[in-house]
Amino acid sequence: MSEPTEITESAVEQAVSDALAAIAAASDSAALKQVRAQHTGEKSPLAQLNALLRSVPNEQKAAFGKLVGGARGRVNQSFAARESEIVEAEQSARLDAERVDVTAIGTVRRPGARHPLTLLQEEIADIFVGMGWEIAEGPELEHEWVNFDALNFDPDHPARAMQDTFFVEPAERHLVLRTHTSPVQVRSMLEREVPIYILAPGKTYRTDELDATHTPVFSQFEGLAVDQGLTMAHLRGTLEHVARLMFGPEAKIRLRPNYFPFTEPSAELDIWHPTFTGGARWIEWGGCGMVNPNVLRAAGIDPEVYSGFAFGMGFERTLMFRNDVQDMHDMIEGDVRFSEQYGMVI
Amino acid sequence: MRVPLSWLNEYTPTESDDAAAVHAALVSVGFEEEDVHAYDVTGPVVVGQVLEFVEEPQSNGKTIRWCQVQVAPEGETAADGGPAVHGIVCGAHNFAVGDKVVVTLPGAVLPGPFPIAARKTYGHVSDGMIASVRELGLGDEHDGILVLSTIGLDPEIGTDAIALLGLDDVAVEINVTPDRGYAFSLRGVAREYSHATGRPFADPADLAPEYPGEGFPVVIDDARPVRGVVGASGFTTRTVRGVDASRPTPTWMKSRLQLAGIRSNGLLVDITNYVMLELGQPIHGYDLDRLDGGITVRRAEPGETLRTLDDQERRLDPEDLLIADDSGPIGLAGVMGGGDSELSGTTANVLVEAATFDPVTIARTARRHKLPSEASKRFERGVDPAVGVRAADRVVQLMVELAGGTADPLGSTLVAPLERAPIAFPAGFAAGLVGVDYTDEEIETSLSKIGADVQPIEGGWLVGAPTWRPDLTDKWTLAEEVARLVGYGRIPSVLPVAPPGRGLTRHQRLRRSASNALAATGFVEVTAYPFLAEQVNRTYGSPDGSDIPLVRLANALDASQATLRTTLVPGLLEVAKRNRSRGRTDLAIFETGSVFLPEPGIEYGTAASPAMAVRPSDEEIAAIEASIPPQPRRIGVLLTGERTPAQPGVAPIVAGIADAIEAVRTVAWAVGAELELVQGAHAAYHAGRTAELRVAGETVGYAGELLPALAEEADLPRVVAVAELDLDRVISLAEGVVHAHAIRTMPAATQDLALVVGADVPAGDVLAAVREGAGALLESIELVDDYRGQGIEAGSKSLLFALRFRADDRTLTAAEASEAKNAGAAAASERFGASMRA
Repeated sequence: MSEPTEITESAVEQAVSDALAAIAAASDSAALKQVRAQHTGEKSPLAQLNALLRSVPNEQKAAFGKLVGGARGRVNQSFAARESEIVEAEQSARLDAERVDVTAIGTVRRPGARHPLTLLQEEIADIFVGMGWEIAEGPELEHEWVNFDALNFDPDHPARAMQDTFFVEPAERHLVLRTHTSPVQVRSMLEREVPIYILAPGKTYRTDELDATHTPVFSQFEGLAVDQGLTMAHLRGTLEHVARLMFGPEAKIRLRPNYFPFTEPSAELDIWHPTFTGGARWIEWGGCGMVNPNVLRAAGIDPEVYSGFAFGMGFERTLMFRNDVQDMHDMIEGDVRFSEQYGMVI
Repeated sequence: MRVPLSWLNEYTPTESDDAAAVHAALVSVGFEEEDVHAYDVTGPVVVGQVLEFVEEPQSNGKTIRWCQVQVAPEGETAADGGPAVHGIVCGAHNFAVGDKVVVTLPGAVLPGPFPIAARKTYGHVSDGMIASVRELGLGDEHDGILVLSTIGLDPEIGTDAIALLGLDDVAVEINVTPDRGYAFSLRGVAREYSHATGRPFADPADLAPEYPGEGFPVVIDDARPVRGVVGASGFTTRTVRGVDASRPTPTWMKSRLQLAGIRSNGLLVDITNYVMLELGQPIHGYDLDRLDGGITVRRAEPGETLRTLDDQERRLDPEDLLIADDSGPIGLAGVMGGGDSELSGTTANVLVEAATFDPVTIARTARRHKLPSEASKRFERGVDPAVGVRAADRVVQLMVELAGGTADPLGSTLVAPLERAPIAFPAGFAAGLVGVDYTDEEIETSLSKIGADVQPIEGGWLVGAPTWRPDLTDKWTLAEEVARLVGYGRIPSVLPVAPPGRGLTRHQRLRRSASNALAATGFVEVTAYPFLAEQVNRTYGSPDGSDIPLVRLANALDASQATLRTTLVPGLLEVAKRNRSRGRTDLAIFETGSVFLPEPGIEYGTAASPAMAVRPSDEEIAAIEASIPPQPRRIGVLLTGERTPAQPGVAPIVAGIADAIEAVRTVAWAVGAELELVQGAHAAYHAGRTAELRVAGETVGYAGELLPALAEEADLPRVVAVAELDLDRVISLAEGVVHAHAIRTMPAATQDLALVVGADVPAGDVLAAVREGAGALLESIELVDDYRGQGIEAGSKSLLFALRFRADDRTLTAAEASEAKNAGAAAASERFGASMRA
């Protein structure tokens, strides 16, 4: 490429057509960068032609200026167009190159899971918290008075022997593994002021060997309300509300007469739902009743002034018929596949 | 309690009700259904007469009889459609030609199920089977077939033997709650059935005539009443002479006893059991000729012994109540008789005892000697003190009718006082407790129906509870009766409004947060039993290996696992092992749960327990509080196998101490606690791979790798990462409310710092020194490399830290940042001899 010595139309055209050809020929951004230096840089023919404008007679300056300026404009425009073409092609090629098979992506960590029994505990607790109740707690290793006597279990009554209690050595020191969550009722009444509305979920123990429907370690939730003017109608209303929230609006409950030392009147609670395993049917859910006056007295609450209701249900049993668990072993053995079925949701 | 329906029907009509309908009715008044018991005999089972038989010795040494048995009247078709005479092979030899027997014809099904068909055997076609008592399900006797004359029967040939023997009867089994002892009788169940159905009830206590009973010496001499109650409050005796104890028990009685779950044991004993089931009054029968003088009811003397019916020599407790004659003790009152004076097959003269014993005395004796019996079960729950005389008379009646005896006026009639103070039952009380507006009529009718005496008074009623209801003691128990009889279905549904609550407590919320965080980082929540072998507790529960106190169960299910856990780790190991045995080798699991940590030198529990139904004193409540060992809630994690599985582009990463530490950091993060790690030591952990975990300077747990020898012992791979935190304590120590620092927005200056220190200087300590030395401009510092090897002297390491500096108010110059960095390096140099790597 010889250096132009004067501005001629043909020299300008030559420079422009050389530049456009080079731009068109550039296939990637590196080549285009080089083309740009060659054809628009300081030493490019067009730059040199432009520099010659200084020596052009004044009367021709406008015409030559326009000629050279137009040529540079055409080259720059072509350059910009080509550049955006190349950038787009290159970006698209890069994305293409970076493509992965999304179905081949593994999990850096296997997913974890909560145990369905604890998830169920939290779900039920939340229902009661939503009603303004509080979650009460107590020790699993408990004093016999709290587990039995305060709950109106006479030491010589068969009901006490029927509880299949784990005693702590030496047995005459009156310590047991709590046989139900009911001692938390007693603790709540001793510690709190009336009105009391509490739910006590937790672990309980009985000397049952593990089989498909029994386990020596299980969990219950115990509800207690003590207030003025509470009746069995309030008990029923509470249980019905909870049953519907837990199982759906079609759920129905039924109370049957029964006996528990700590309630009078006492009832067995049955629940009915169309989706239960084995079809729509009544299933025994737990025990309930009006707090026995002797239980209120043991906490220093006057049964002539206050009344209360209480209920207790098993989580394992609930999980069995709500979530179709067939065998108690699955709930207690810690096989991770059991919890993994549920993940974080039951 | 098992209730034969034919029996129930005698006192209240069951009409066409089947077992399910009877169950449903009883459930509605508070008796849960347990089971249905039937004989399960169906098809043609008839009375046959053996016409002739031929004895045929067999090659196996047996001799069978090839019998011709008339199973239908001459000229008629048999019940199976076959001929009137069937050829039947029989292996028994206890019958003669002319005997009437029970023939199960082809098409019949015996319990088993054991279907009967004509079959070829011993060279004949045996067209049916001659049945034994056991084959019919009527009892255990199997010494030959049932010859009907031996049970006093001579029915027509072809008679339906199922109805004849009561094999068509069915018993419903119900669960009787411990407050309703009266329902351990047909009398009680029939009354309840009539409550449920509204059908009439005829009291079987009225069945027997009244027999006189005088002159038999009975003394109640209780030197040591239990809980202030005399051991026997009633004691009735009657005498029957000249009974024939060898007579067979009538089939109707035998069938009912069998269905009720009581074995037939000779006519006399069967009668006493029958009356017990009928009226709920346990009966004891004595062979009068073997009694030595009159009867004394007294407590056992220390050291006294008694051989009971089950042939056990029993050492008696001074609290045991005894029946004694002049020769000494002859029975444990209300629990079990002695062997010497019992009714037997040769008894001719009977003394019948129907006593009222104190429930507590009987309950304690039955438990002490591990002798629960039909009698003790009833006495423990309370027997109607008014029914004793009637029951004794009923036994006399049946022994006269069935055993050919004669009622003798010798006896005694000591009836317990029946008067109980009436209960005031205010109008409106039941409504206020149950939430149903009962009418006065509903209340009076319900209480009258259960047998109470109901007297209207100003503002309510005075109610005298029936003698068979010791459980009715106050207005609450009466309200339950009203609610029960009117029906729980009447109770409306009203949702009570609780006062505004506090929501979950901080601890409750943060515990959930910790579990959720672990689950979100790949841990699976599991649960384990808290029962551990003592040695396991000692190995895993004591960080320094010293002796620790344990809670021990007095009656563990497995005596080798009798102590309560002091750590969650062994449970996690057990779960890990189980999962591995099922093929899951890569595990990340956690558990939250209580551990039981008695402190040394403290005697837990209390010597005495406060009374029922009264609030204990503040001192007693404090004593109960102090009597329970600490049971903190912990969170434990375990990892073994691959934490990150092999996958395209990623090599597998095996879990180790870093993952255990990551887990406890996750927990600390989730509950807002600042966790500090120091090189630690724990007897169950790898000596070089144990971190002691601290919050606010307090030790709250450990994280690391299990001692490889213990991992091996647990059948797990060599590397098992574990950690355990006292969750409650960590939450308590965490800051309650987080106070914000202003966010600095001026540009940051970053610098690297490489320090060479001794290889055993903890990096965390060096970092802390740099942080302290660098001062307030240092915003963050992270350890990014730990290099040893070429260029670094043996025994040393080079730690590379990334530092970021920032000022509140200006852009830092490089010189300011370097100055701060050097100050940090100087602090590390001063404390640990660290030198900046060139």
